[in-house]
Amino acid sequence: MIAEHAIILVVVLPLLVAPLCVLLGRGTLAWGAATLAVWSSFGLALHLLGRVLEEGVLRYQLGGWAPPVGIEYRLDLAGALVMTIVTAIGAVVLPYSFASVRREIDEHRHAWFYACLLLCFAGLLGITVTGDAFNLFVSLEISSLATYVLVSIGRDRRALTAAFRYLLLGTVGATFYLIGVGFLYQMTGTLNMEDMARILTEARPDGLGPVHSTKTVRAALAFLTVGTFLKIALFPLHVWLPNVYAYAPSVVSAFLSATATKVAILVLLRVFYTVDGKATPFDALPIADTMVPLAIVGALVASFVAIYQRDVKRLLAYSSIAQVGYMAIGIGLATQAGLAASLLHMINHAIMKGTLFLAVGCIVYRVGQTRLEGLRGVGREMPLTSTALVLGGLSLIGVPLTAGFVSKWALLQAVLADSHWIVAALILLSSLLSILYVGQVIHVLLLRKRPPGAAPIQEAPLWMVLPTLVLAIGNLWFGIASDQAAEVSRQAAEFLIREVAP
Amino acid sequence: MEFLGYINYWVFIVLMMSGFYLFLSARNLVKKIIGLNLFQTSVFIYYISTGKLRDGSVPIQTEGIESYSNPLPHVLILTAIVVGVASTALGLSLILRIKDDYGSIEEDEIDAQDVLS
Amino acid sequence: MGVAIDIILLLFLLSIAFAACVTRNLFSAAMLFGIFSLISATLFVVLDAVDVAMTEAAVGTGVSTILILITLASTGYRVSPRPAGRQVLALAVSVVLGATMVYGTLDMPSLGSPDAPVHTHPIAQYYTEVSPVEMGIPNMVTPLLASYRGYDTLGETAVVFTAGIGVLALIGRRRRKDPLPIVEEFREGGANRHRVLRVISKQLIPPILLYACYVQAHGDFGPGGGFQAGVIFASGLMLFMLLFGVEHARRIIRPVVLEKLIALGLLIYGGVGLVNILQGGAFLDYRTLAHDPQHGLHYGILTIELGVGITVAAVITTIIYSFASHLRDHVMQRTLRLRQGADAAQTSPESGA
Repeated sequence: MIAEHAIILVVVLPLLVAPLCVLLGRGTLAWGAATLAVWSSFGLALHLLGRVLEEGVLRYQLGGWAPPVGIEYRLDLAGALVMTIVTAIGAVVLPYSFASVRREIDEHRHAWFYACLLLCFAGLLGITVTGDAFNLFVSLEISSLATYVLVSIGRDRRALTAAFRYLLLGTVGATFYLIGVGFLYQMTGTLNMEDMARILTEARPDGLGPVHSTKTVRAALAFLTVGTFLKIALFPLHVWLPNVYAYAPSVVSAFLSATATKVAILVLLRVFYTVDGKATPFDALPIADTMVPLAIVGALVASFVAIYQRDVKRLLAYSSIAQVGYMAIGIGLATQAGLAASLLHMINHAIMKGTLFLAVGCIVYRVGQTRLEGLRGVGREMPLTSTALVLGGLSLIGVPLTAGFVSKWALLQAVLADSHWIVAALILLSSLLSILYVGQVIHVLLLRKRPPGAAPIQEAPLWMVLPTLVLAIGNLWFGIASDQAAEVSRQAAEFLIREVAP
Repeated sequence: MEFLGYINYWVFIVLMMSGFYLFLSARNLVKKIIGLNLFQTSVFIYYISTGKLRDGSVPIQTEGIESYSNPLPHVLILTAIVVGVASTALGLSLILRIKDDYGSIEEDEIDAQDVLS
Repeated sequence: MGVAIDIILLLFLLSIAFAACVTRNLFSAAMLFGIFSLISATLFVVLDAVDVAMTEAAVGTGVSTILILITLASTGYRVSPRPAGRQVLALAVSVVLGATMVYGTLDMPSLGSPDAPVHTHPIAQYYTEVSPVEMGIPNMVTPLLASYRGYDTLGETAVVFTAGIGVLALIGRRRRKDPLPIVEEFREGGANRHRVLRVISKQLIPPILLYACYVQAHGDFGPGGGFQAGVIFASGLMLFMLLFGVEHARRIIRPVVLEKLIALGLLIYGGVGLVNILQGGAFLDYRTLAHDPQHGLHYGILTIELGVGITVAAVITTIIYSFASHLRDHVMQRTLRLRQGADAAQTSPESGA
């Protein structure tokens, strides 16, 4: 029975454990319940990934109503891939959160914190698995609202303004998405993505070409794209991101940076391929012509700005904008190789940014701040944390034998296969810049000396270091034994593109 | 209502534009929220108008009525209204906390304080 | 007739939106939004969306506007002038937005056209023709909301839940801990100064709560349902709070209880879905609840509407409590500060002499 309903349980379990956390009330109990829920979701997600690889697309009719009358859950390989990323990061972050949350968040808020973390988690998973355009909006809003709370629940007052700005821009993004879906609904009369895709290729009632050639559908695409760009934080719509990641509690920064933008990119793929695939959005709108330049400029500017950051978390946040740029380049190429490279980079970026933010969280636990001046020599006294940090940093730069190298290499190959020489050169330039900012962090942490008279620092507690190291080793694992991940992302890309082919 | 078909849409668009303009131009945080709410409400009006059927009636089954307006947009907007008020409530409580901690709800003054810290 | 109403409402909306853009006073901006929302609710009635109209009137005109007004009471009504450059930029971006949408409307079916895909797609017929027979529920919105797209409504309840928890986490007071000494004037609500108001309003509270229960139960036949009922119920409690003060209201319905109710409503909704799975159906397939599928649907819809009602009523009340307590603390702090200032002013000349 569980196998049959796995596709819904993976989302609903965390969604319903969230109110349970509030009923339990106490922080420790809530943490226990949340951890169990997230781990079961992780188990279910692995099971689902295996089944999707074997059987192809999985479907589930919610309420027993056949689509398009009811809402359908529909899991394809790209969705299963992102689902596995999200649940895996969740499974690593929750054990870590126990100590970190006790240090960074007031005690009476703990149960609420775990409830919101679960809701955010469930919302993100709901996006990966839904086959209904409006249900996607609802899931998006569950995760967004929970995110606003998670960001502002700590003690840093700057997190309040960051969360508020995110709330404004996030709501605008979601409303744009809503407008886009409204336009599509008006032209197709349905909300089911596959049904929409089918009707878009049909002839219009007045016989003037297929539905997808109408101005309304083009405008819908424009709104959906811009709305999703806001959520992805693609340059120049990235303004909300740096402060959100920088001032949120460590656990939240780690979880969001590893998952939220990835899921938003999946929304973009849903718009481009699943809904509008047969209408070939890349021909109808100048998407490739705008997306690739924006992405590459974004990657360069963000890398450049990152060099000048004096706060480690802000620095990592800017680097995230740059990395999202790489993924956007792959999508903008509109080739199978580019798409596969993007998906692979999505996995690897989740691992490396997760590692880095978790390691920084360990440092925050002991030192209490993230400004570079205050961290001189700290790494020497926290050997395990700094090992993880160095591994994550190397992977971020893209040093061979790390995960970052594999996906960057795949991206470069995809770019060169289309003979975009300038884009390839600029990607390399941006990687060089990443050596500067990662090097700066490692330099301060390991090579500089502690100021004389500073109190000695201990390594962070075991339950924080262990998850961090697990992810850090993931960087090596996916760097050396990269075939499996590459194969899965290749198949996922192939499936998305095949949907496009008539 | 036939000849009004497009005019209606365009009026909704002007409403959306004014809400969006208010949202973008305001520096006061409460005013931004008000602008956002105007924008969203106008989007809701547009959505509801898509379900309207000429000569259709309220989608509650009644003797002697044959054609009903499509209830699907109504359900979608019920959900969207609720989501909207949820984000408004969160946004306003953030504003209250910002006022407590910064002593101001003008964007410029808050930014100035953040730069100093 | 319809056209005339339509034109008048649209003109109203346009002028209100314009006024909201130019006004420099936040109080009038907030009130203008409330009126805008009320008039759009009227427009929803013209467009046949009575359930939406009810919700918009309760939420937009009621809850949102009141929340904005309470916020303004703490933050002040003044707005500093906006820099001209920013206004031009904002105008430009809005014009781009509008132009894109106008471009999009060019190929749209005209309003109300029966040939529009929205009406020709088979699901439109399903919702208006099959659903009343299949469900035995005259109001087509209710089964669509609670069953065909019941999963969206579960998500919507989760969003409301998140908002409630979020407001608690942001401005909720710590339990059993009130850092401020209570100033005498604030011990009672404002109502003692307005005896007539209190006597009359007190009569209103029971009918409001009763009406909420009616709306909750009557959603199958007329406009209404869990969400609207929850908001109406909360507004009854809100009236109580206005009359007797937030401290008194907090003693009658304790915030801790509300917090648990918020969670309970969502659990009831999700629990129904899990029971369906245990009965061998799909998640939220209410037909498994009874031997007769139609009975099962009715039981399911009633139960989940109850869950929605509980969560919504508890969340809205929690939000209003939190905002009002925050305002009360704010006002009290200010009064204390003024009083201390006055004391200091009194003592300083004496000490000087």
